This record gives sequence, C-alpha cells and structure tokens, in this order.
Amino acid sequence: MVEAEPEIEGRRIAAEARDRVRFEEEALALADQVYRVARRLVGTREEAEDLVQDTYSRAFRSWRSYTPGTNLRAWLLRILTNLNLDRGRKVQRTPDTQPIEEGDYYLANKMVEASGEQVLDQDRVVEKLSQDSIVTALSSLPHDFRDTVVLVDIGEFSYADAAQILDIPIGTVMSRLHRGRRLLKQELAEGRLA
Amino acid sequence: MSRTPCEACEELLQGYLDRALTDSEVGRAESHLDACDYCRRRYRFEESLRKYVQTTAAERMPVGLMEKLAQLRSSP
Repeated sequence: MVEAEPEIEGRRIAAEARDRVRFEEEALALADQVYRVARRLVGTREEAEDLVQDTYSRAFRSWRSYTPGTNLRAWLLRILTNLNLDRGRKVQRTPDTQPIEEGDYYLANKMVEASGEQVLDQDRVVEKLSQDSIVTALSSLPHDFRDTVVLVDIGEFSYADAAQILDIPIGTVMSRLHRGRRLLKQELAEGRLA
Repeated sequence: MSRTPCEACEELLQGYLDRALTDSEVGRAESHLDACDYCRRRYRFEESLRKYVQTTAAERMPVGLMEKLAQLRSSP
C-alpha cells in the first residue's frame, strides 16, 4: 500500500488542473462582455484594457474562491469594480456634484418642444441622438450613478446581481439607477438641444 | 416645464420597463398605458432610448486583448 497515497494525490492534482483549465476557459469566453462594461466605467480604451487585464490576472490567481455553477460574469465584474474603486481612490478626484434633477420625461419633453410630437416615434430617437452624445453623457454621470446604470443598462445585470457586484442594498441599486437615468437624459437633453 | 397629471406615473413606467413590478403594479401600469396617449408615447420613447443607449455604448474588445488575457492563464 506504499504506492496508494502518491496515486491518490496524483489524481487530486490532475482533477484540480482540469477544474482550473475549465475555469480559465469559461472566464475567457466572457472577456468581450466584461470589456464592454469596463469600457463605460472608465474614460479611455487603454484604461479599460488595463482594468480588464488586472481583473483577469486576479481572477486567475484566486480561481478557487469562485463557486462553480454561480454567476461567473458577476463574479468577474465584482473584482473589476473593486479594482476600479481602488484605482479611483488613488487618483486625485474632485467630489461628485449633485446636479438638480429633472423628471423621467425631461428628455422626451425637451425633444417634443424642439421638434414636435412626431420626434417620439421610435426610430426618430436614433436620428436625434448621436453615439458620441450617449457616450459623453454616460461618462459625465457621477461615478456611483454611472456604475449602476452601466451594470444594468449596458451589462444587462439584474438589480440583484448589481447589488452583489457593488456590495450595496438592492434598494440603493434601484434609486441610483432611477436617478442615474434621469441625469443621463438631462445630459442628453442639454448636450443635444442646448 | 409645467407639471402634467401623468408625472406621477413616470416611476411606475420605469419599473414596468425594467420588468421589476409586482403583478398588481403591472396591472396598474398596463391599464394606464392603455388609457393615456401621453404616457404611451413617452413609454415607447423610453423603451427605444434604453435599447439605443445599450447598442451605441457597447464597444467591442480591442483586437489583441484576448491574447494578452490568455497569457495571464496559470495553467499550461
């Protein structure tokens, strides 16, 4: 029986290596989706690339703390948003201002004022707002609001997943989302129609 | 901007758009949308804006990043 123990140990190591390869492959398959969210959380493409690389580097090191069968994309995004938060703390930041808030229909109403009711026909929205204006408006949001809007509206995470990723209560996700979207529409209305 | 009687419905419709309402709230939102042209138009606007933001803000991963990420793998 002298041979038995090394054999068991060998099988354990082989099984762990297989789990690890599977984890890494599943994580890499999500890279494009992770990048999409990262890109809207930071200002430049280079920062987004760095952030995604740091995220994967940490994820590959701490793969054992991921529970198979749970939401891997949310697990990766939690690492990413934490890294982004640490990074933000290091950069000298001006405090986020709390702009005056308009209602949910502010943008719709402004567009109606400018061009009449027909502007609200579905396809006309696309004609009236440029891609640049959307990207600029998103990046101008105070970071707490932006993180939530980006996770839910770009990343398509549920309220519950966003709450877990950002480590905040679900009610806070809902209020930040609501206010963040209002601010986004305000930015769009002012940028587009000023 | 003058307040309209329907501004009270705005929040309800945002929740409806997110499919985050209870059954009874969904019923309230739907019967309001059936009856109110003002809100119906604005709801459709919000719906297409949401989709538009999602598609325009999405930027694909740069070429070469996948390779860099694969190099970070610890397994052979």
